[in-house]
Amino acid sequence: MTGTGNVSESASGAGGAPPPPERHEVPAWRLLSTLGTAGMLAGLLLVFVFRATQPAILAYKAEVLRQAVQQVLKAPDRYDTLYVYDGSLVRQPPPDLVAAQLEQLYLGYTSENERIGFAIAAGKAGFQDIVRIIFGYDASTRQVLGMMVLESKETPGLGDKIEKDQTFVSQFDGAIAPLLGVKIGKGTGDPSEIDMITGATISSRTVINIINEALERLGPLIEAYGEEGGGR
Amino acid sequence: MRVTTPGEDLFRGVWRENPVLIQMLGLCPALAVSNTVANSIAMGLATFFVLCGSSLLVSMFKRFIPHEVRISTYILIIATFVTVADMTLEAVVPVVHKDLGAFISLIVVNCMILGRQEAFASKKPVGRALLDAVGTGVGFIIAMLMLGSVREIFGQGTFLGISIFGPNYEPWVIMILPPGGFLTIGFLLLALNWIRQRREPKPAIREWPEGVAQRRVA
Repeated sequence: MTGTGNVSESASGAGGAPPPPERHEVPAWRLLSTLGTAGMLAGLLLVFVFRATQPAILAYKAEVLRQAVQQVLKAPDRYDTLYVYDGSLVRQPPPDLVAAQLEQLYLGYTSENERIGFAIAAGKAGFQDIVRIIFGYDASTRQVLGMMVLESKETPGLGDKIEKDQTFVSQFDGAIAPLLGVKIGKGTGDPSEIDMITGATISSRTVINIINEALERLGPLIEAYGEEGGGR
Repeated sequence: MRVTTPGEDLFRGVWRENPVLIQMLGLCPALAVSNTVANSIAMGLATFFVLCGSSLLVSMFKRFIPHEVRISTYILIIATFVTVADMTLEAVVPVVHKDLGAFISLIVVNCMILGRQEAFASKKPVGRALLDAVGTGVGFIIAMLMLGSVREIFGQGTFLGISIFGPNYEPWVIMILPPGGFLTIGFLLLALNWIRQRREPKPAIREWPEGVAQRRVA
């Protein structure tokens, strides 16, 4: 039995005590104003919290990306951010667009100003959820320079080996695109072959497909940029 | 209605009416993110914060909240605190935030929190509501820690990342997967109920509510 039931019973049973006031209809404007005020105050509070926390969140994301680019391009001296716009790569995003809305590539250079390669971030549905990876790619030799998983919710202990199993991850260093996934022990030693993880075939194939599809899509753009930006 | 003391309000939720282990509320986040001790602690603290904040506000403003829109208002208050917790966790401990994922936002629909607002905070003075929230929150953290410890120790052979069984331990992967959550809570409840039954003297005649007794006879 609920508390309210008990209270009302005892009130009516007390005889001399006045009966509890009838619950009268609350006008609609009061309902609206209550919810409106509460919503407004909540919104106001969130604005302050957002402004207080956003710098730290953005700084962390930028740092994660910087470290990822460092890793997959094997520690470049510096890197430029390129934007995919209108079917080609541009160094400066058009002024009327927010840079964050465009797909971005990172072009790394050595200290002698020589190109190391492009770092490309891409994603695709894996076994559980979208897997997002970043990989380095040297267009002149068609070599993948390194691969790192940015986001994945793959099964712990099985699918998450795509990021935690170093034997799998290190295979991408120097592999020739397009990549080909093979079962362990079935490989022929071809440099484009990647040994898939036993028990995580879908997750492993997802990583390989992400790289192949990203290169299929962005490869021509990278080639074109290579010619026109060759002087750099 | 029996009058409760402040001490009872505080300690009721910690053990005797523990939200997860006794009332079986808030099981969804409790099972989903209790795969490691660190995640359990983060989830427990976030829920604790939301529960205390919401109970405080609901109890403070209970006179101004019309009966017809009370649930919407509670949810609005809870959702605000959850968003604050979500942003704060992302800024302060981004790694943990990444692990907890959508389950932080899902604290909004944790029935344990809404339950405390409807059943307690909306009827009691501010101080009592806060005591009740603290007790229930601590109870939730305790339950999360129990689940998280068992699952991490067996599932990874570690406690808070520190190896316990040495490098030769073969982790029971199932314990950090969803089935491990169900198994752990099942065995935990079994053990707790067994202990409770052994402690309590068996009542000679169980007093069933009237309707139940009649149905049983018929």
